[in-house]
Amino acid sequence: MLKDLLVISIGAIFIQNFVLVQFLGICPFLGVSKKVETGIGMGLAVVFVMACASAITWAVQQLLILFNIEYLQTIAFILVIAVLVQFVEMFLQKSIPSLYNSLGIYLPLITTNCAVLGVAIVNITRFGGMDFGFIKSVVYGATAGIGFTFAIVLFAGVRERLESSNIPGFLKGMPITLITAGLLSIAFMGFSGLSF
Amino acid sequence: MKKVFLNGLLKENPTFVLFLGMCPTLAVTTSAFNAVGMGLSTMMVLIFSNIFISLLRKFIPDKVRIAAYVVVIAAFVTIVEMLLKAYAQSISESLGIYIPLIVVNCIILGRAEAFASKNGPLASAVDGLGMGLGFTCALTIIGSIREILGAGTFFGFSIFGEAFNPITIMILPPGAFITLGLIVMTINIISARKKKKEESKIA
Repeated sequence: MLKDLLVISIGAIFIQNFVLVQFLGICPFLGVSKKVETGIGMGLAVVFVMACASAITWAVQQLLILFNIEYLQTIAFILVIAVLVQFVEMFLQKSIPSLYNSLGIYLPLITTNCAVLGVAIVNITRFGGMDFGFIKSVVYGATAGIGFTFAIVLFAGVRERLESSNIPGFLKGMPITLITAGLLSIAFMGFSGLSF
Repeated sequence: MKKVFLNGLLKENPTFVLFLGMCPTLAVTTSAFNAVGMGLSTMMVLIFSNIFISLLRKFIPDKVRIAAYVVVIAAFVTIVEMLLKAYAQSISESLGIYIPLIVVNCIILGRAEAFASKNGPLASAVDGLGMGLGFTCALTIIGSIREILGAGTFFGFSIFGEAFNPITIMILPPGAFITLGLIVMTINIISARKKKKEESKIA
């Protein structure tokens, strides 16, 4: 069991990195990666929401199977995630205001982060629809979030440097950002040799 | 009406100008065929959700509008997903989880909020068609470039013959970022030249 969890974690963080290999959560990856601190803030919020979303959507999926209405997955999941993000926001605001203030603006953005809906769907479709199990789902969700954080923080570090470097006019802004992301993605491809 | 249509296709092209819906743009453009499949599926959802939201715009309370839009969009995505599974098994398999993920494609929610909630159903349908075609064209361009360079084929047909040595990295994830980066760069160069020409005309 422990070995399985380790394999899932390393796979989710490095080999099947959500951002650079699976292209989930590209919008926040390109949008809020101008500074390392904001990257960390966004990343932590995503780890938390993805772990919670994995747990809850697992339960929802069991319910859907029970009533034989699996085709409602997409609708059910997106609603659950929207409600979950709202709840997390309200809970943090009341009980841990310091964390809320540092994450504040990123929380509502997470609803439309496809990494969250993505992890929920991957959890249920993996291994040909075989049940991933509760613990594995949650671990996969959390570690996929950590992989997201890892990528966004690395990328923010590079982008901070790009700000001060001399770039040809037509490459400024989006083009150089995308090409940098491509190079980072090449680096991550090196991990694919690790696959078990 | 024509202006609304061309707006989505060129001036506010969702992919190359607004940078919306980046996830499917990068993920499914490994071949031209996949790109067209994804583009058309998104276009169907976009047109129908635009029409539906436009029809309901006077009944949806302002406070819960985003949630209501998401439910409408998710319903149409589910319909498209089922249709693809029934009639186009191969596309459904190669696009995989990116079909249900059309729900969180920011183009659709963005158009619902920015256009369909303020305009009539016919105009909204045209807007959906323009935006959807703009998205499909952009995806097809990226997909074609990646497929030609990365696999030496176009829509599955070999075009270079046996001697061609494919640049495999183009159909791997890094190729997606690099291709889109270079396309945006090209657009920047062209628009800068156009601007210069116009300026010299005025002067």
